[in-house]
Amino acid sequence: MKNLQLLIIPERCKECGLCRDACPKQLLITEDNINSSGYHPVSLPNAEKCSLCGNCILVCPDLAIIYEEVS
Amino acid sequence: MNAVPKIPSSLTDKQFHYCPGCSHGIIHRLVAEALDFHNVRENTVGVASVGCSVLAYNYFNIDMQQAAHGRAPAVATGIKRVLPGSIVFSYQGDGDLASIGTAEIVHAAARGENITVIFVNNACYGMTGGQMAPTSLIGQVTSTTPKGRTQPEAGYPIKVTEMLSTLDGPVYLSRVSVHKPAQIRKAARSIQKAFRYQIENKGFSLVEILATCPTNWKLTPLEAVKWLENNMIPKYPLGEFKDVGV
Repeated sequence: MKNLQLLIIPERCKECGLCRDACPKQLLITEDNINSSGYHPVSLPNAEKCSLCGNCILVCPDLAIIYEEVS
Repeated sequence: MNAVPKIPSSLTDKQFHYCPGCSHGIIHRLVAEALDFHNVRENTVGVASVGCSVLAYNYFNIDMQQAAHGRAPAVATGIKRVLPGSIVFSYQGDGDLASIGTAEIVHAAARGENITVIFVNNACYGMTGGQMAPTSLIGQVTSTTPKGRTQPEAGYPIKVTEMLSTLDGPVYLSRVSVHKPAQIRKAARSIQKAFRYQIENKGFSLVEILATCPTNWKLTPLEAVKWLENNMIPKYPLGEFKDVGV
C-alpha cells in the first residue's frame, strides 16, 4: 500500500503566496532562507497535520508542490 | 485525489519563466493533464502564440509550432489538414487572439475547424508591459490608459466566447477561471471536454480562461486573484456558452 505526501521543490517556488492562501489549515509557511532565484520558498513544517486536500497543488503556478508516493 | 496528479508527462522539467503568481503555469498544467488524460501526448501538435506564452514550446513535452502574432488558428488549421490524425491546439492570449488575430479566430470557428483553442484572457497585453487589450475592462488602468479605459476613447471590451457562440461552426465554447481551487477543477474538466470533442472529430472547441497578470495589474498575486474575482467575473460570466457535441 503506497501512501501520498506533499513534496515541495524549493527551487521552483516563486513566493507568490497562493498556496498559503489556499491551505484550509494554514500549514504552509515562508522560509527565511532563499533559493537560487532569490525567493523565499514555502515549507510544510507540520506535515502530519496535512490532509492532502491538494488545494496547494492546484493553485501553485510553478509545479513547486506535488504529491510524492511513500511506501 | 484523482483530480490532482503529479507533474504531467506532457510537461518538461523546465522551470516556467512566468512572473510569480501568473496563471499561465496553472493553465499549462491543466492542458498537459488533459493531454495525459486522453493519452494523446505523442500525437499532439501545439501552436504557441505571441505574448508571454511565446515560449510555451519550452514547457510542453509535445511537438510545438510558433505562429506569427494572432495567426495561431490559421497555422493550426494547416497542421490539422495536413495531419488530420493529430490533435492540434493553439494556446493564445487575449492580446493575440482578440486583437490582431480576430479574423483568424472568427473564421477558424466559422469553418468549424477540428482544432482546440486555449484562450487565456488576462485583460491586458502581458509581455509588452501591460498595455490595454481589447478585453481590458471599462475603467481599468493600464499603461496606455493611465486614467482608466473609457468607452469614447477605446470602446467596449470584446467578449470573444459570446461572440463566437453565434456561429454555427463551434461545437464547444466555454469560459472558466483559475482563481480558486474549485474553479481550477472546473477548468480542468472543461479543457478535457474540449480535447475530447476534437478526438471524436466533432469540430471546433474553444476554452476561454480568465487569468491573472499580477505584474502588469500592479498587484500582489493574492490581490490579483481578488481583483479577478471582483471585477472580471461580473463582466465575463463563467459557463458553457455552446455545447452541441453530446
